[in-house]
Amino acid sequence: MSIPADSTSKFNEYAHPETIVSTEWLAQNLNTPGVVVVESDEDVLLYEIGHIPGSVKIDWHTDLNDPVVRDYVQGEAFARLLSSKGISRDTTVIIYGDKSNWWAAYALWVFKLFGHPDVRLLDGGRDKWIAEGRELTSEATVVTPASYPVIDRDDAAIRAFLPDALAHIGKPMIDVRSPEEFSGERTHMPSYPEEGALRGGHIPGAASVPWSRAANEDATFKNRSDLEALYLGEAGLKPGDDIIAYCRIGERSSHTWFVLTYLLGFEGVRNYDGSWTEYGSAVRVPIEKGA
Amino acid sequence: MTTLPDALRETQEDFLALGDNDKLQLLIEFSGELPALPERYADHTELFEKVEECQSPVFIFCEVEDNTVSVFATAPEQAPTTRGFASILVQGLTGLSVTDALNIPDDFPSTLGLNQLISPLRVRGMTGMLWRMKRQIREKAPV
Repeated sequence: MSIPADSTSKFNEYAHPETIVSTEWLAQNLNTPGVVVVESDEDVLLYEIGHIPGSVKIDWHTDLNDPVVRDYVQGEAFARLLSSKGISRDTTVIIYGDKSNWWAAYALWVFKLFGHPDVRLLDGGRDKWIAEGRELTSEATVVTPASYPVIDRDDAAIRAFLPDALAHIGKPMIDVRSPEEFSGERTHMPSYPEEGALRGGHIPGAASVPWSRAANEDATFKNRSDLEALYLGEAGLKPGDDIIAYCRIGERSSHTWFVLTYLLGFEGVRNYDGSWTEYGSAVRVPIEKGA
Repeated sequence: MTTLPDALRETQEDFLALGDNDKLQLLIEFSGELPALPERYADHTELFEKVEECQSPVFIFCEVEDNTVSVFATAPEQAPTTRGFASILVQGLTGLSVTDALNIPDDFPSTLGLNQLISPLRVRGMTGMLWRMKRQIREKAPV
């Protein structure tokens, strides 16, 4: 890794401190050659109203999803996208976003489906940057296009599909949705549009750990001992566990995937991006209700 | 029969006439125009209904008086897309008669040419807002 890691002491406790940077580190490295800052938000207009100077926008819906099939873009489209954003295979990419980085973590997960070597999250994301009064601009970033190679996406290591989730019943699984979604108690009232899935509840045996419990009020990640208390203590995960995380469409569970993989050091954690919108509508799959 | 009131038709024509970047700019303009809540509601947001279809916290409230509709909405500054959607509907529905408001086609949000640009999932948030507004108007209109 050519760009040194952020040596902030909180990060040194994490399993992979090289995957996370502080706002302070980023402010000092905005003009460092080889670093590209990417904003990835739930709200598609936030970048336009103000972004970190020099950053580029990557939207998970319109840039990272295939427009036809429910899948991510293939190698050619990913190479075109990253080239147009000035990112090469050896670029250090720093991703930040709104809502405690949940969409930023999702974008990072897609970067990892393509095995991008050096991609890091900005701890606290957009909210912390703004809260600290750091500079934002609405000026368009002038990008010098780069040449990103066409890489075959490799889903096997970090992505789970429906058959994987079914085969995993009885092994550690984390449901990161809200307690109401987990228990299946959502009520359906007349004239309220139905959302997403035909059945409510969760995959049998999954532990409920809402994604946001891994984040502090200021959108930063909790420190290692708090995360261990949550996932190893409360949720009962053990070192060496093979884990699947899921939510509704795989975005919030990317946040948890990042925490388990890079902050706590679990290997082979998979994000089931089909999540409840697929599972809860699939025919004859087992469902558990209640808290 | 469903028909589009003049103000919403103009909004639709404006969006459809623009290129992609200008469409986003127009939506940002709308988000800046979302009216602040009137004093009588500013401290009574418990009256407001949360739009569950939106990822960002947006709350709406409709009034019907003398057969005329008023719509109020509140959404965070850091949620410009949601604010823009709310602003289009607040401006487009306020002042309409109950009949005209209820006659707005339910699929109006997906006729603005934003589906590809912003994604159908996000536009669905605006559809949820419109449905909830129409439901409130129906409940509050004198029979």
